[in-house]
Amino acid sequence: MSARVTRILGGLALLALAAGLAAGFGYAPREAVQGNVQRIMYVHVPAVLTAYLAFGLVLVGSVGALATGRLSWDRLAGAAAELGVVFTGITIVSGSIWGKPTWGTWWTWDARLTSTAVLFLVYAGYLLLRAMVDEPERRARIAAVVGVVGAANIPIVHFSVKWWRALHQPSTILGPEPSPIAGPIAAALLVNWVAFTLLFLYLLLRRVELARLEDAWVPETRR
Amino acid sequence: MIEAAGIRKAYGATLVLDDVSLTLPAGQCLALLGPNGAGKTTLLRILAGLVRPSAGRLRVGGADAVRDPEAVRAQVGMVAHGSFVYEDLTARENLRFWAVMGGLDASPARLRERLQAVELDAVADERARTFSAGMKRRLGLARVTLGRRPLLLLDEPFSGLDRHGQKWLVEFLLAFKAAGGTVVLTTHSFGGGLSVADRVVILAGGRVLLDRAAADLPIDELHRIYDDIVEGAAAS
Amino acid sequence: MIGYARRTWIVLWKDLLVERRSKESLNALLFFALLLLFLFQFALGLDQDRLHAALPGLIWLGFVLAGLLGLGRSFVAERDNDCWDGLRLTPGDKSAIYLGKLAANLMVMGAVEVVILALFGLFYNVNLVSVLGPLAVVLALGTLGLATVGTLFAALTAGVRARELLFPVLLLPVQVPVLLATVSATQIVLAGQPLGDAGAWLRLLAGADLVYLVIGLLTFEFILDA
Repeated sequence: MSARVTRILGGLALLALAAGLAAGFGYAPREAVQGNVQRIMYVHVPAVLTAYLAFGLVLVGSVGALATGRLSWDRLAGAAAELGVVFTGITIVSGSIWGKPTWGTWWTWDARLTSTAVLFLVYAGYLLLRAMVDEPERRARIAAVVGVVGAANIPIVHFSVKWWRALHQPSTILGPEPSPIAGPIAAALLVNWVAFTLLFLYLLLRRVELARLEDAWVPETRR
Repeated sequence: MIEAAGIRKAYGATLVLDDVSLTLPAGQCLALLGPNGAGKTTLLRILAGLVRPSAGRLRVGGADAVRDPEAVRAQVGMVAHGSFVYEDLTARENLRFWAVMGGLDASPARLRERLQAVELDAVADERARTFSAGMKRRLGLARVTLGRRPLLLLDEPFSGLDRHGQKWLVEFLLAFKAAGGTVVLTTHSFGGGLSVADRVVILAGGRVLLDRAAADLPIDELHRIYDDIVEGAAAS
Repeated sequence: MIGYARRTWIVLWKDLLVERRSKESLNALLFFALLLLFLFQFALGLDQDRLHAALPGLIWLGFVLAGLLGLGRSFVAERDNDCWDGLRLTPGDKSAIYLGKLAANLMVMGAVEVVILALFGLFYNVNLVSVLGPLAVVLALGTLGLATVGTLFAALTAGVRARELLFPVLLLPVQVPVLLATVSATQIVLAGQPLGDAGAWLRLLAGADLVYLVIGLLTFEFILDA
């Protein structure tokens, strides 16, 4: 990806984020029940969607690294995992902030929040593993296997947490989204989602490029 | 049997092997000499197909080591420092394990015969933990000779062997060569290894500093060259 | 095919033999199980009802903790004496090694779990015998989920820095669904309900086990060569 493309992407992301901000705070209406705090959904939902995109790319990179043995796939996986963890963190924090005034607690074992937290732990561990292996080829293989296991586990986690929640809290559906999702809200959500995705792609390209430079740098060799 | 050209191996910033080239026809033995840290073990592991070189070409028995390491490994029998011994198993059990893993004949008769060949039959049912380093190496030799691998890679096979053991190993290697087998052994002392070698290569600081037929190398001259090289390498 | 089965078998044989000779893992794990018993009781206080309510979770916590200790050491023996390299030099499909190790780990874990259950029944005054059949099914599926990923991750972390820390950190988040499923199913079974009531959980477990096993079989050779 040429530097020019990356710059253009960054510019687009910036514009989209500005638009998203405007849409979330201006265009979208104030929610009846929850008030303005509901607007944090415009961060929370796009963040989790972007996180899932990131982890999908970790799977792609991991499989690619195992199949081809080329380090470029591993760089993709590593960069995507870092961003995925960041966006997952944003999801959790924004969800927590949303929850405090809405439900009265900083944390609730709501299905999505819990699944996201588990995801966070899986990929944080993945990053920790990467940090512990110095040799690029070795790191690529070992991390790729964890990446595959982590990705395969996502649907399993999703269902198990959902059923577990249903077991213990069958009454209220604590879905934070106001239902139904009306026109302006959906539009604002869409704009923000596009903005987050553009931002993610921009950061991904930069990070992958940085990783490539790191790998290519051959320090003074000593015997 | 072995064709290596421009082999280079770097671990991050550390260059372990630099532009190593050598050729060895089948049925011959190459002695790899060099001080500690010269890169001998790394080179051996590259020849075994266990480590991928950072650069260079390597063909072992016709197989490309970079593109098809499995094919290289299939031809190699290796006795490394570790000698692949499970300390809690007996000699016989160790041999049985590796025999089955190699898809080879693991019948009690065959195992006994191999243990006798390396003179470990007296301790066949003792745990490997009680063995000396030399005994573990002999067990490794029993292991590699279970099958018919054409290339033997031995890392300092003569260290830890007494005179009798060394004599035994020399005879074994000569017989192996006579049967068409190829051997690469490393050593950092001038022992029995030189009496079976057809070629001598001195490796120091990751580089080949000497590569000559053993026949062209009287022992005094070798000593002299080696001392010069090692001192030179130490000074640089 | 036969060669594959033979190699799986010989890895299992070797591991069990090493285990029996060295007595490192099994004895320590059994003792650990006994310690856990006391720890749980002390942590939860004398209220036996509270303990009984927490029983499904405690059983699994015990298994997971024992598993962390036992499974993490699966490939330590291979690191000695370059045996790892020796395995790399053997011909054929390397997943046989994974399968053999898995089988050995399952047997050791099984032995530890039986003891844990017996101790629980004894010390906590719980009647497990009446529900033993269904309980065994749940535990078997759960243990399979723990061991498949555990064996794979043990190989993965075998030569890595801070292995003892990294192994639990990697394994536990992945085990969350297995934990949720087995605890829920155990709860159902201990309440005396028929096994069918836990059907959804058991199907989830079986599916997860299959996924983990397939991934393990497919990716083990990459780990061996790493």
